[in-house]
Amino acid sequence: MYEFNYHRPKTLDEASRTAKEAEDGQVLAGGMTMIPSMKLRLASPSDLVDLADIDGLKGITIGPDTVTIGAMTRHHDVHTSPDVQKAIPALAALAGGIGDPSVRHRGTIGGSVANSDPAADYPAAVLGLDATVETNTRKIAADDFFTGLFETALETGEIITAVHFKIPDAAAYMKFPQPASGFAMVGAFVAKFGGEFRLAVTGAQDCVFRMTEMEQALAANFSPDAVAEITIAEDDLLADIHCGADYRAHLVTVMAKRAVALAAG
Amino acid sequence: MSIEVSMKVNGKPVSAEVEPRTLLVQYLREHLGLTGTHVGCDTSQCGCCNIHLNGESIKSCTIFAIQCQGQDVLTIEGLAEEDGTLHPMQQAFWEHHGLQCGFCTPGMVMVACDIARRLPDADEKTIRHELEGNICRCTGYQHIVEAIESGIKAMNARG
Repeated sequence: MYEFNYHRPKTLDEASRTAKEAEDGQVLAGGMTMIPSMKLRLASPSDLVDLADIDGLKGITIGPDTVTIGAMTRHHDVHTSPDVQKAIPALAALAGGIGDPSVRHRGTIGGSVANSDPAADYPAAVLGLDATVETNTRKIAADDFFTGLFETALETGEIITAVHFKIPDAAAYMKFPQPASGFAMVGAFVAKFGGEFRLAVTGAQDCVFRMTEMEQALAANFSPDAVAEITIAEDDLLADIHCGADYRAHLVTVMAKRAVALAAG
Repeated sequence: MSIEVSMKVNGKPVSAEVEPRTLLVQYLREHLGLTGTHVGCDTSQCGCCNIHLNGESIKSCTIFAIQCQGQDVLTIEGLAEEDGTLHPMQQAFWEHHGLQCGFCTPGMVMVACDIARRLPDADEKTIRHELEGNICRCTGYQHIVEAIESGIKAMNARG
């Protein structure tokens, strides 16, 4: 990998400033995506700003309607948190399916969400649960957050501090993992909030998106049958060495059905 | 441009001047001569580089040495006793022949110790699932899993 300058600031302001003022600054969370990207020379920041020493970015808080997870909270900690398991079991399960145990000891929710990998799991939960992404400068609604391939609404130097998840009546995540990497070839996150449903799909397009036709069908009938006949056009979907667009289209409906079956219980 | 970094490796304090881009696995292998930790892939998938950082298994190819400032690293070389007595997990891998070429083995043993710590009741299915981050090209995993089952029992017995 190319050389870079390493910074380990003690405050969020210092981190944001350093990232903004650098020639090509990049914030470092768990490093589970950043470092492999740098090894492959897909990313070559001039400056890496390590968030490890900044207070107040880790931890899980359960409120009456909300689960708040600090941006530097590791997947392992979300997965094994009895509080998250109780409040939003689908979220704990999703965190436990990311990568592998060693990756989960380092990877963070903030890193995953800020990166917006088209096949990442957390973006499906953020969108599916209508979460709010809090940064050092503002709060961003899930529907506004994910904007494209590895693109989000974050501005240069803007750092995620926490994600606030609404507690649903029921939710589930189903993914069809790529067997080596574990990434979602397709993943569907469904959540029920009273009479309203959200169904977010990852792995199929440039970034996570909602299947609004399925959401409407579920509002009338909360069962897998409601979504079984709803398909997505191949032309809209990613095709790569792992999976053609036609198979992805098929997987979208299948994963949605399975997620709904799990959520409906 | 180098930065001074110091940490504990296998119980001993070490320090060096390294470039920020020096991965922990490079520091262990090339600076400290601890070549038991291996480099197997470019993509953080294979697990040959597995070590323990502050008691938890991580992939040393996907962390910079300087990120480990002041922290505690345990490598495969640090498992056996001073007098050479094998760690129960190493003993189990020997007894159950949990390897062929041995390239993935240090990573397997380090992750196995971590599984034992987190999930002392792990059954075969759980062990196989927990090995998702470790790839073996030789064995088909059967003896690795048996070794880990046995090693977990031995570690539980020893307390």
